[in-house]
Amino acid sequence: MTVAAAITRAHRELWARLVATLTRRYADLDIAEEAVAEAFATAVEKWPGDGVPPNPAAWLTTTANRKAIDRIRREGRRDDKQREARMLHDDSPPEPTGAIDDERLRLFFTCCHPALAPESRVALTLRMVGGLTVPEIARAFLVRETAMEQRITRAKAKIKANRIPYRVPSADDLPVRLSGVLAVLFLVFNEGYLATGAGTDPVRQDLTAEAIRLTRLIRALLPADGEVAGLLALMLLTEARHAARVSAGGELVTLHEQDRGAWDTGLIAEGHRLVRERLASGVAPGRYQLLAAINAVHTSARDVRDTDWSQIVALYDQLVRLDPSPIVALNRAIAVAELDGPDVALAVVDRLGDKLAAYHAFHATRADLLRRLGRGEQARSAYDRAIELAGNTAETAYLTRRRDQLGPALS
Amino acid sequence: MQFFVSVIHDKSNSGTPEEMVAIDAFNETLVAGGHWVFAGGLADPATATVVDGRGAQPLLTDGPFVETKEFVAGFWVWEAPDLDVALKLAAAGSKACHRRVEVRPFL
Repeated sequence: MTVAAAITRAHRELWARLVATLTRRYADLDIAEEAVAEAFATAVEKWPGDGVPPNPAAWLTTTANRKAIDRIRREGRRDDKQREARMLHDDSPPEPTGAIDDERLRLFFTCCHPALAPESRVALTLRMVGGLTVPEIARAFLVRETAMEQRITRAKAKIKANRIPYRVPSADDLPVRLSGVLAVLFLVFNEGYLATGAGTDPVRQDLTAEAIRLTRLIRALLPADGEVAGLLALMLLTEARHAARVSAGGELVTLHEQDRGAWDTGLIAEGHRLVRERLASGVAPGRYQLLAAINAVHTSARDVRDTDWSQIVALYDQLVRLDPSPIVALNRAIAVAELDGPDVALAVVDRLGDKLAAYHAFHATRADLLRRLGRGEQARSAYDRAIELAGNTAETAYLTRRRDQLGPALS
Repeated sequence: MQFFVSVIHDKSNSGTPEEMVAIDAFNETLVAGGHWVFAGGLADPATATVVDGRGAQPLLTDGPFVETKEFVAGFWVWEAPDLDVALKLAAAGSKACHRRVEVRPFL
């Protein structure tokens, strides 16, 4: 392995662990993050000349601790005495894996605390747990670097001022808090899968891969939780289709037209396994598990004509009961169109117009249904509106072609 | 650590008798749990006077320092080990007084 590869690997595997360990020791996210970042910077500087140390984890831990102590001494903080005591009595010899995993879990929950704004939770999780740099996070969410830096700094300051506890929530708080963590991971995944912004790739695999990696981590930490398994399955089954999802010409390819031979069979098998595991548990599924099950039905069909639409509609019926949002109703209507015809679906979709008027997928769905019903002029104006609102380049290209295929406007 | 908890309100009427009973009961739980430090209700913002003593002569202005639809109608000071405890108390306090509350740590 090259030195560069060794550093990359250490960064992937050890970043969150080191930040978690230092956060516990110094009770300060800021110190922990900066010290770990400096330790990796030192590795980049030293390892090419000195060689990769025999135990990179120990080397990085020692270096990060030294950096943290340097910083505390330099800044001469008010609560120095307490920190000095921690520095002198290094009580963090190699921790048993269980304890470290528990610390990473604490780090997740601290970064996703409900008192923080959702966008701050995303940013902080990607920085502290994912180890992404501030410029990387800023690029991912199309925010200026200084704005992202400020958002992260403010979140850390709020955690410190309020003494937001560095711990896994108690059993009665856990389900609510966990849903916040999963929402953050899903948001990161979705931003990667349907990237917004004219200048970005339509699919950001760096983000989808990061979301999957972090969700795998949560799954390893909380293996018994159904929604964690469901979210992971959902991401895997979605990611499995990514190679077939954008054409060589940069256009979005719908599920109907995708080359199913290009789907990733390994990811599909893993996703199906997780969905079956949840079914076997006999516990009522939550939102992510239902979405994963819907994707499992899609990915089970070798040909789109073999899709079991009645099962998909039945799963959406369950989902509507859990989450009666207009977006779920819209997605259900798309399945209804396959089962009962576009006219039935259009009647459902038209009732959602008040709530979804600013949502591109609403207009894209209407446009498709109107096209199938032969109502070309109405389809055209729906495509126009969808194109106006869509932020993803591949999707815009697809919608534009579909609109232009309607033929010349009648007048 | 201590938290300053503002009670947010947008009308000039004070609490109903039912709310007063609920607030009293909530305050008793604060005392029993060791969280009680201080609390007070405030008169309508229209009764406020802003004083600027930075110049040669103090300048008095009638009314609150900022005109908003919502204002602080009262406050608590709580002792709590961390934000999670304060947020739990805040949820119960908000329910008792039937108003939104803002939680802010002291430095």
